[in-house]
Amino acid sequence: MRAPLLLLLTVWLGLALPASARAGEVRLAVAANFSDTARQIADRFEARSGHRVMISAGSSGQLFAQIHQGAPFDVFLSADDERPARAEAEGLGVKGTRFTYATGRLVLWSRTPGLVDSRGQVLVTGRFQHLAIADPASAPYGRAAMEVLTRRKLEARLKPRLVTGNSIAQTLQFVRTGSAELGFIALSQASSLEGGSRWLVPAADHNPIDQQAILLTAAKDPAASTAFLKFLRGPEARTLIRAQGYEVH
Amino acid sequence: MAEVIWLTLKLAGFTTLVLLVISTPLAWWLAHGRSSLRPAVGALVALPVVLPPTVLGFYLLVAMGPDSPLIALLKPFGIRTLAFTFEGLVIGSVIYSLPFAVQPLRNAFQAVGRDPMEAASTLGASPWDSFLRVALPLALPGYAVAAILSFAHTIGEFGVVMMLGGGIPGKTQVLSVEIYRLVETLDWSAAHRLSAGLLVFAFAVMLSLLLFERRLTEVRT
Repeated sequence: MRAPLLLLLTVWLGLALPASARAGEVRLAVAANFSDTARQIADRFEARSGHRVMISAGSSGQLFAQIHQGAPFDVFLSADDERPARAEAEGLGVKGTRFTYATGRLVLWSRTPGLVDSRGQVLVTGRFQHLAIADPASAPYGRAAMEVLTRRKLEARLKPRLVTGNSIAQTLQFVRTGSAELGFIALSQASSLEGGSRWLVPAADHNPIDQQAILLTAAKDPAASTAFLKFLRGPEARTLIRAQGYEVH
Repeated sequence: MAEVIWLTLKLAGFTTLVLLVISTPLAWWLAHGRSSLRPAVGALVALPVVLPPTVLGFYLLVAMGPDSPLIALLKPFGIRTLAFTFEGLVIGSVIYSLPFAVQPLRNAFQAVGRDPMEAASTLGASPWDSFLRVALPLALPGYAVAAILSFAHTIGEFGVVMMLGGGIPGKTQVLSVEIYRLVETLDWSAAHRLSAGLLVFAFAVMLSLLLFERRLTEVRT
C-alpha cells in the first residue's frame, strides 16, 4: 500500500520539477592523473547545472575493481580504454555511452637540467641508475612507456634499471625526489613542473593513451550523470582538458 | 610467485635478525635505564604503531634520496639513493617493526628485574657475562615473542614498501605489494591464492603466539 504511494509521489515530483532545477548528484570515479582537471570541470559544471559532483580518485585498476564490487559510482573516467570497454562488455557500463575524453601524452622528465635531451637520446647514452615508469601491467602510461622502450629496442638493456610506481602519481614522486634520475610521466603532470629537463615523447612512438569515460549502469541519477558526460564533451571542458596537457580529438 | 615469497621471507628474516640485535640494548635501557629521556625515547620507538605507513614511507623515501645528508655520506661509494634497494627495504622494515621487537623485550627485561644480575655480579661475574648467562636466558621467551611478531609484522608490511620499493622483481617486489598489483590488474585468482596463503599464515602466527604464552604461564605456575 505504502510503496505504490511513494512511487507515485516520486514520479509526480520528478514530473513537477524541470530537470534543470532538480539538484542531482554525480559520483565520479576518476583516474588519479585526471583528478585535478576533473575537479575544474566539475566546478564549472556545478555552476552551470546546479548538480553536485563528488570525486573519488584512484588508479584505474583500483577503481575498476571497486566498481566490479558494486562501489557507489555513477560515472567512470578511466585512464585507459580497456577498462571502460570491459565495463561495457560486462554490463557494468551503459552500452553506447563510452567515449574518449582525453588522450594522454608521455614526457621523459628529470629534475636535473640538461640530463634529458630533446630527442630522448639520454635513454641510449645517458648514465643513470634508475628510470622510473608506472607499472605497465596496471597503468596505461606505464604501458606506453614500455612501448617506447620496446620500439627503440632498449627494453632488455634498461630493464635492470627500471623502477615502477604503482601509479603515474607515484612515478612522479620518484623523479621529483630525485630517487630515480629520470622517468616517464604524463604531460599533464609535467606541465605543472618547473625546471629540470624534458622530452615530449612523439605520440607516434606508442599506442595512443586514450582515456575513456563511461556511464555506469548502477548510476543513481542517470539524468545528472548524462548531463555531466555531455558537458565533458563540450567545448568548455575540452579547452580545460587541452590546457592541462591532454589532446582532445 | 616463488620468487616473491622467497624475497618476502628473506626481507622478514633479515629484518628480524637486525631487530633482535639492535632492540636488545635499546629495550634493556628502556627497562632499566635511569635517564629522564626514557619516556621520550619509548614514545619515539612506539611511533610506527600509530603512524600511517605512508608517512613513514614518504619520510624514508626523502631520507634515502639524493638530497638527504645521510646519503651524501655514501656518495663516495657510488650510492645515490637507498630507495629501490633490498637494503633500503630492510632499513625501512626495521623502523616499521621496531616497536614489535622492543616492547616484548622490554617487558621481558623488566620481568627479569635487576636482582639476578646483581646476584651474579656479587659472585664475580662481569656485567657482560651476567647479562649473557643470567638475564638473556631468563628473557628468552621475550625473544621468541619479539622474533615472531617482528617477522610477521614485516611480512604484512605494505605502505612502506609501496612508497620505497619501486616494484623490482627479486629485490623489492614483496607479497603484499604483489597482491595489490594482482588485484589492480584483475588477476583475482592469483590474488586469492596469495591472500588465502597469508591469511592462513597470519592465523598460524597468532595461534602459535597464544599457545606459546599459555604454555609459559603453565610452566610458571
